[in-house]
Amino acid sequence: MRLTRQTIGMLLALVGIVAIFAIATDGTFLSARNISLLSRQMAVTGIAAAGMVLLIVAGQIDLSIGSMAGLCGAVATVLCVNMGWPVSLALLASLGLGGLLGLAQGSLVAFYSIPPFIVTLGGMLVFQGALLGLTRGVAISPPESFQALGKEYLSHGSTWALGLGVALIFGVILVKRGQKVAAAVIAGLAIGSATLFNSYEGLPVPVLLMLVVCAACWTLAVQTPFGRHLYAIGGNRDAAFFAGIPIERRLLASFGIMGVCAALAGAVLTARVGAATADAGRMLELDAIAAAVIGGTSLLGGRGSVWGALLGAAIMASLDNGMSLLNTEAYWQPIIKGAILVLAVGGDLFWRKRRA
Amino acid sequence: MRLELSDLAKDFSGVPALSGVNLSVETGSIHAICGENGAGKSTLLKILAGCWPQGTYQGQIRLDGVDVSFSSPRLAEHAGVALVAQELALVPALSVAENISLGAEPARLGWLDRSAMRDTAREVLAKVGLDIDPATPCEQLSVGNQQLVEIARALSRHARLLILDEPTAALGENDALRLEALVRELAAQGVTCLYVSHRMDEVFRVATHITVLRDGQSVRSAPIADWTRDSVISAMVGRALGDAHAASSSSARAKIALRVEDLNLEHPSLPGRMALQEINLTLRQGEIVGLGGLMGSGRSALLSTLYGAAHSAARGRIQLGDNTLRALFEDPRQALERGVVMLSEDRKRMGLIQPFSVAENITLIAQGRGRGLLAPLDHRGMRQLAEAQREKLRVKTASLDLEITSLSGGNQQKVLLGRALPLDPRVLLLDEPTRGIDVGARAEIYTLVRELAASGLAVLFASSDLPELLGLADRILVLSQGRITAELQKPQFSQEAVMRAATL
Repeated sequence: MRLTRQTIGMLLALVGIVAIFAIATDGTFLSARNISLLSRQMAVTGIAAAGMVLLIVAGQIDLSIGSMAGLCGAVATVLCVNMGWPVSLALLASLGLGGLLGLAQGSLVAFYSIPPFIVTLGGMLVFQGALLGLTRGVAISPPESFQALGKEYLSHGSTWALGLGVALIFGVILVKRGQKVAAAVIAGLAIGSATLFNSYEGLPVPVLLMLVVCAACWTLAVQTPFGRHLYAIGGNRDAAFFAGIPIERRLLASFGIMGVCAALAGAVLTARVGAATADAGRMLELDAIAAAVIGGTSLLGGRGSVWGALLGAAIMASLDNGMSLLNTEAYWQPIIKGAILVLAVGGDLFWRKRRA
Repeated sequence: MRLELSDLAKDFSGVPALSGVNLSVETGSIHAICGENGAGKSTLLKILAGCWPQGTYQGQIRLDGVDVSFSSPRLAEHAGVALVAQELALVPALSVAENISLGAEPARLGWLDRSAMRDTAREVLAKVGLDIDPATPCEQLSVGNQQLVEIARALSRHARLLILDEPTAALGENDALRLEALVRELAAQGVTCLYVSHRMDEVFRVATHITVLRDGQSVRSAPIADWTRDSVISAMVGRALGDAHAASSSSARAKIALRVEDLNLEHPSLPGRMALQEINLTLRQGEIVGLGGLMGSGRSALLSTLYGAAHSAARGRIQLGDNTLRALFEDPRQALERGVVMLSEDRKRMGLIQPFSVAENITLIAQGRGRGLLAPLDHRGMRQLAEAQREKLRVKTASLDLEITSLSGGNQQKVLLGRALPLDPRVLLLDEPTRGIDVGARAEIYTLVRELAASGLAVLFASSDLPELLGLADRILVLSQGRITAELQKPQFSQEAVMRAATL
């Protein structure tokens, strides 16, 4: 993984934000308990943002994922509660539904050339209505085993095993490739996180899901021809066509993947909140886009990274969390987040221009 | 209006486009400007129309004996100079009347005066002999009528110098004749016309004077009576052949690499017209075939159609190697699978993936080929492939990880060649392979193309650069208005022969 100038900038920003809050809260912000909370808070956005990066690098956008997440979460809940389905089957069905909704929108974009902004704006309204119709405005509480998805922790043993496993596998691969520094950084990060999470309750399940989704999307984006095609389509669609890339099929697939990510985000959200509500997932699409963009993904397509988006999600979650700790009035949070978003992108453009 | 130009010159970041144009045009004359592609015609017209403002060029423009210099098209228009550009400049959804008064809308107390607008439109439409309702949206008009509306717009601004840039290029026979008649009539009324056209017949029918531009200079200016077709053509191409390109040999009766039968292509924007008609051609292994012709003659359209990237409906049959005839490729993917690759003339738009590095651009197609779509990328293999292509094609770059945009045009072209070659192509289609590439790199590209041909590839390339066409090709096919008008074998090559066939 190459560290771009922008990723470094974002890392520094995150460190700065963390330092400010750590000092302002006398260290509470950095306590194991709060870090665990913070990471659970960012899980939903992180999952959605990972899928969003795949779409945005291909020059697409999906505005419907917030209401799609809400709808899929509610469908899973209703299947368990009203239809008596087993939780695992209900969850699988809702992931399938998300995938299908994504494919449906993707086919309108890919084969009928309707702009993705319009298709998914329409989808957003349709799914919102469907969600309201399904819940009738009443909050439905999913069963305990469902809620575990958002609330449970991995045991300390499993957390250790996972941290050491990741450190070992990546360490070996990277050392073999001669990237010793990267190997040390990743191994350090994995073992450090395991230690941190284990000094509280262990690795939260939603965080595990987020990491798995990000790893999967990153692999897809960087390690497969499929991912390179998405970047090429977003970078220069005409040239990609000229180079023989089947653009329609790639776009269709990326919308499908986004749908599955949205459904998973919806399930985690429903589980964490402990209820399927009519306004679940509202604004999730904008949080996901903001996380991607703060993390260096260009809305023009062709540039962006999944880990960057995770960093973006972490920055936004830190702001939310830190301001809550400081008892800042709630209305400040969107104001600050909005300003940071514009600052991040504006600053990047400014530096890019200065360098050119 | 009398127009005089003296020593007009302009360069684009050091590359001269005009270097000394002298011209004198009498009131009421129809003065044709002729020249090869790239001779500087468009630049000249744009300076006159104020598109290139004062200060960006050198030399004097005098109208009726007075020195003028325009800083915008609007000021040129005020002075009575109007340009009817090659690409139509009408707003499709607006009505004819609205288009005619666009930018000079009649107003009363700040409110749009629609009745005055309609009256003006009626008046100037009558002048160009167009009997249509001024409220008709322009998109409903034929291209010929749109062209007339543009001229009407120029007249509504009281143009006394009318500049027409290939006004008949998009028109059918009847519309073209109608337009010629109109131009003659306007000239009789004292409007001076500068007329650019590639069609020799037309120039000799309409013009009263001809000036030939070559390499940015006015070569000769004389009344029509002093010109013949042949003298115009030899004035257009008159430059020496430059350094003779190394001769290449090809086995005459090698195996067929590609054969096309009865290829027809509809015009992408003009319904009912054809961009290519009854094209038949055969490429043999190891052969380099050049496509000559003027801009818009169908060279690029032919190459992209063979590659499956045509913008409009195409019919015809294609044969690769010893296989049987089959339908044309539907998209570049099919072409690539069967060993046909193409490099477009527009590297930036159709070739490079700008955010990608040099290495990523080279491996774009080759990566994961023959393996699954989701198979893990072989990063090391890709790196080796990129490295090998860089060495083979002598790409000059400090690192394979640099962004592709930091390379020079010639090296970008080599990168695109390096993207195609690992696919083991059998046919290489090149559209303007050296456009925007400096002289040194050009020679390298020529050498590479010859090496590839020598290794058995069939090369079909289009070029508007006559020395390049003559120097690189073993055989030349000349296109004019979508048809092959000549096939020249190496000993018969001459710039005159190509130009004659291209202006048929």
